[in-house]
Amino acid sequence: MPGVRVRMAPLLYSYTGGLRVIEIDAASATNVGEVMAALDSRFPGLAFRVIDEQGHIRPHVNIFLGEEKVLDLATPISPGSEIYIVGALSGG
Amino acid sequence: MTQPVAPAGANTWILGTRKGAWSMRRPTGGGKQLQLEEPWFFGCQVHHVVQDPRGAGTILAAVRTGHLGPTVYRSTDDGRTWKEAERPPQFRAKEEYTDSNLAADDPRRQGLTVDHVFFLAPAHASQPGVWYAGVSPIGLFKSEDDGVTWNGVPGFNDSAILAKWCYNFAPGTPDGPKCHSVQVDPVNPKRMILGLSGGGLFLSEDQGGSWRPVNGGVAMDFAPPKEDGSEYEFGHDPHDAVIHPANPRRWYHQNHCGIYRLDWNEEVKEQRWKRIGNNMPKEIGDIGFPMTCHPKDDKTCWVVPMDGGTVWPRTSVGGKPTVFRTRDAGESWQCLDRGLPPRAWYTVLRQAMAHNGGTPLELAFGTTSGDVWGSADEGDSWQSLASGLPKIMSVTAARLS
Repeated sequence: MPGVRVRMAPLLYSYTGGLRVIEIDAASATNVGEVMAALDSRFPGLAFRVIDEQGHIRPHVNIFLGEEKVLDLATPISPGSEIYIVGALSGG
Repeated sequence: MTQPVAPAGANTWILGTRKGAWSMRRPTGGGKQLQLEEPWFFGCQVHHVVQDPRGAGTILAAVRTGHLGPTVYRSTDDGRTWKEAERPPQFRAKEEYTDSNLAADDPRRQGLTVDHVFFLAPAHASQPGVWYAGVSPIGLFKSEDDGVTWNGVPGFNDSAILAKWCYNFAPGTPDGPKCHSVQVDPVNPKRMILGLSGGGLFLSEDQGGSWRPVNGGVAMDFAPPKEDGSEYEFGHDPHDAVIHPANPRRWYHQNHCGIYRLDWNEEVKEQRWKRIGNNMPKEIGDIGFPMTCHPKDDKTCWVVPMDGGTVWPRTSVGGKPTVFRTRDAGESWQCLDRGLPPRAWYTVLRQAMAHNGGTPLELAFGTTSGDVWGSADEGDSWQSLASGLPKIMSVTAARLS
């Protein structure tokens, strides 16, 4: 079964040890939130940089599932999904 | 005054700025010229960097990136390497307040999110490894493992009345409401104060378990007089407060509405502040952000007056930068502008002035236009230490090897 591929924003490389693309076992996650949890167990602290303590995606980070912007962490994924975590505009 | 006690043998100013933190170190082997090092956390907002004066020397930094939110970094090797807190300050999830006694419209029921960590303070000398952090929106956090993990202080963060004290967490203060000036009494570790902008000054005598307002005598010009002629108990806007490290019965604070001193009186129930800013020249006034106290002499303090008229430009009064000093606990003040530029339009923020704890005592302040000014003679004269930096949000002293 193909995994879920997560492409990291450069601003998160310090958490992934420089890895730009992370492969998550598709069996370990059924939605975007679970992908973030899987990432956090591998790279502690990463999820809190993307999702705040109330479970919201931080205002200046965007998560895309394919070309669709993710608004809800319960958005389902499927084997072979490609997720992009990117930095959005955040002022001067 | 964010650091009443500087680390012994301080040889460095640490500057927290809008785009990273810089250290300015005195070269080993002497020499007067301070050396500006390469930045830490480049590109990030650094509200505060504090080295533990209690001996361990850990440095904590309150850092916020534009994208990734707030956190705390720590260094145990004088800033050569930094590691992020494993659990940075974060508010309780809203679900945890479902069955609480909070009012129905209390924002904590909808979930608060830490926007930035604003203030870092080591706890009492008898509690090594314990730190406090004030955040925006209003919240107080504590670490008991030298900054690795942080938890809310329940007696403060979960208190139902806190919402009343801090305008229901409304974002009235520019850049967000602040919990600041967390100060632990150097003699009595159970006694603490903190400041809320806005909200006022609050006192705990049980090490943070419970709090009460301590704003008697403090003006609140931005609210109408109460009909019964009484004072507001809370809602004030302290900018920078300190329990004096050499005399913890004496407190000072610079407020949105004046400069104050409180001499603790065990005989009375309600402690009251005296407006020592009334002794400032009328044409200067007594509005400002920082207030720095001499670490050994409880009668000597410095303030940086700013323009609090009309629309509150917050710049030097008349565009003429000055520092004012008192040697008699605020009964009189002297203008100290020798060496400062004749005209400039900067602001000195509340955490952007410090002393180094040395003998003679050196002072430094940083400006919103990225300049650093220092004095080696307790403010009698000033020299430019650096310029061209980003907006400076904090200045503290450190001892770096």
